[in-house]
Amino acid sequence: MSSILILEQALNGLQFGLMLFLLASGLTLVFGIMDMINLAHGALYMVGAFLAAWLVQLTQSFVLGVILAVLLTAVVGMVLEATLLRTLYARDHLSQVLATFALILIINESVRMIWGSDLPLSAPQALSGPVELLPGLLYPSYRLVIIGIGLAIALLLFLLVTQTRVGAWVRAGASNREMAMAMGINIRALFTGVFGIGAALCAVAGAMLGPLLAVQVGMGENILILAFVVIVIGGIGSVWGAFVGAILVGFVDTLGRTLLPHLFRELFSPQFASAAGPAVASISVYLLMALVLFIRPQGLFSGRS
Amino acid sequence: MKRETPSWLWALLLILSIALPLALNAFGQDFYISMLSRMMIYGIAACSLNLILGFGGLVSFGHAAFVGIGAYSVGIMITEGVTNGWVNFAVAMAVSALVAAVIGAISLRTRGVYFIMITLAFAQMIYYLVNSIKAYGGDEGLNIKFRSDFGLGLNLKNDLTFYFVVLLALVSTLVLISRIMKSRFGRVILAIRDDDTRVEAIGFPAYTYKWVLFIIAGTLGGLAGALMVNHQNYVSPNLMHWTQSGILMVMVILGGVGTLSGGLWGALVLLILEDLIAEHTVYWQFYIGWFLLAVVLLAPKGLSSFFNRQPKVEVKGHA
Repeated sequence: MSSILILEQALNGLQFGLMLFLLASGLTLVFGIMDMINLAHGALYMVGAFLAAWLVQLTQSFVLGVILAVLLTAVVGMVLEATLLRTLYARDHLSQVLATFALILIINESVRMIWGSDLPLSAPQALSGPVELLPGLLYPSYRLVIIGIGLAIALLLFLLVTQTRVGAWVRAGASNREMAMAMGINIRALFTGVFGIGAALCAVAGAMLGPLLAVQVGMGENILILAFVVIVIGGIGSVWGAFVGAILVGFVDTLGRTLLPHLFRELFSPQFASAAGPAVASISVYLLMALVLFIRPQGLFSGRS
Repeated sequence: MKRETPSWLWALLLILSIALPLALNAFGQDFYISMLSRMMIYGIAACSLNLILGFGGLVSFGHAAFVGIGAYSVGIMITEGVTNGWVNFAVAMAVSALVAAVIGAISLRTRGVYFIMITLAFAQMIYYLVNSIKAYGGDEGLNIKFRSDFGLGLNLKNDLTFYFVVLLALVSTLVLISRIMKSRFGRVILAIRDDDTRVEAIGFPAYTYKWVLFIIAGTLGGLAGALMVNHQNYVSPNLMHWTQSGILMVMVILGGVGTLSGGLWGALVLLILEDLIAEHTVYWQFYIGWFLLAVVLLAPKGLSSFFNRQPKVEVKGHA
C-alpha cells in the first residue's frame, strides 16, 4: 500500500465530501428551520446536472453553461417552494414524505420526457489532463478544481451564515422558529431564499459531479440518502455540522472502499477477505452513522436550541 | 376509537376472495390469479408497515429492508438446498425480527425527522450490503430453482394453491394485527402515539413498547418477503431500495394510516392503477406522481376519507 495511493484517495474523499456538503447544507436548513422532510432535494441535484449538460452543449462553454444551470435551478427551487412545499410546512411528516416522493416521480419523468434518460457531460478540455502535485502523484486537474470550488463555496456560506444579518435570521430560524417569528423575522420570505440557495448548491454539485459520475435520471436518489447520513451525523440545522459530517462521510466512504479490502487481505484469509472486504466497505458510512448516533443521538453539532 | 369495517363486510370479502380465483381458474385466467397474489403480498407488507406507521405513529422509512431480508433468507436457503417451507418461513421471519431488533434499538433513540432519516439510512445500508455479496448474485439478484415446499400436498408452483397460501397469510396477518391493537399492549401503543411523555410518567417503558412493535412489524415484513421470492422465483437488491420503502408508505397513506386494512386497499389501488396507466404510456410514473400529489392535497387522510369522515390523530414526532 503506497502512501501516494492513500494521498490520492484522501483527495478524492475530500472532493466527494465537499460535493456532499453542497447537497447537505441546503437540506439541513430546510429540516432545521421548517421541521420538514424534503425528499425532492435529490431531484433538484438531477435537474441541475441535466440543465448544465444541456446548456453547456447549447452555449459551447462549460463555465457559462454551469452558471446558467445554477441560476435556473435556483429559480426552479424557489418556484417549487412558493407553490407547493410552502403548503406542506404545517402538515405532518407523512404528508411531506408522500408529497415530496410524488415530486420525485414527477420530476424524474419530466426530465425523461424532455431530455431522455441521460445526457453526456464532460469536463472542459483545458482541465482534462492531470497535474503533478508531488513527485509521483498525478492528480486530475478537474478534481482539483472541484475541491477549490467546493472550499470556496463552503467559505462563502460560512461567512453568509455567521457574519451577515441574513445569516443571523437563518440561525435564529433553525434554533427556534416561533421565537424568530415573534422577533419580527419574515420566515416565509427567508425560507424561499434559503430554498433557492439550497437548490443552487444542488445544481453546483450536480454539474460538477456530472462529468465524473453520470448525468442520468435517478442520479439524485442514492446521493440523497448519503446527504441524510451527513445531516444525521452533523446535527439537524447546523451548517458547520453538515460540513464536518460531509467531510467525514467523504473520507470514510472513499478511503473505506480502497483501504478496507487491502486491510482485510492483510488480516484474514483471502477467501474471507474477498467476500467481506467490499461488503464492509460499502456500509462503512452507515456504521459511522450508527456509532455517532449511539454516542450522540442529536448529532455532533445540533442547530436546535 | 374509529369505526371499524363491519364484520359482515369482512365475511363477504372473504367469500369473494375465495370464489374469485376459483372462477378465474375455471375460465383459464391463471395470470390474473398470480396478479392477485402479488397484490395481496404487497398488502401484507403495507399492513405490517401500517402497524408501526399508523398505530405506532413512527414514520419508519426503511420497511422494504425487512421485506428484502425475508426474501433473501428464503432465496439463500433454497439456493443452499433447504426447501422445507416451514423452515424457510420461520427462519426468514426470525432473521427479519433480529435485524428489526437491532435497527429499532438504535433508531428509536431518536424522533421526528431524525427517525425518518435513520431508518432510511439503515435500510439503504442493507441494500448496499446485499449488493456487495457476490456469492448470492450481488446486484444481479438471485434466481431460485425451486419454491418452498410445505408438504401436506401443497404445491406452490400451482398458481391457485399459491394464492390460497397467500390469502391465509394475509388473513392471519390481519387477525394478528387486530388482536394486537385490541390488547393491553395495543392500548399502550396508542397512548404512546398520542403522548409518550405522559405514558412514561404513568410508568410504562415507552421505548420498550415501541421496540417490540417495531420488531413485530419487521417480522411481518419478512413474511411478505418470503412470499414474494416464492412468487417471483427471483429476488434482487432493488426490492430493498429506499424507493420501495417509499412505495410501501404510499400504499399505507393511500389506504388510510392507522386503519387495520388500509395497507391492503392502498396496495390494491396503487398496483391496479400502475398496471392500467403503464398499458398506455411509458411515463406512467409521471401520472402516478400527480395522482399522489392530489391525494396529499385533497384527501390528506387517504382515499378512505372519501367514504367515512372521521377525525384522526396526526402523525408527527415532537421536534
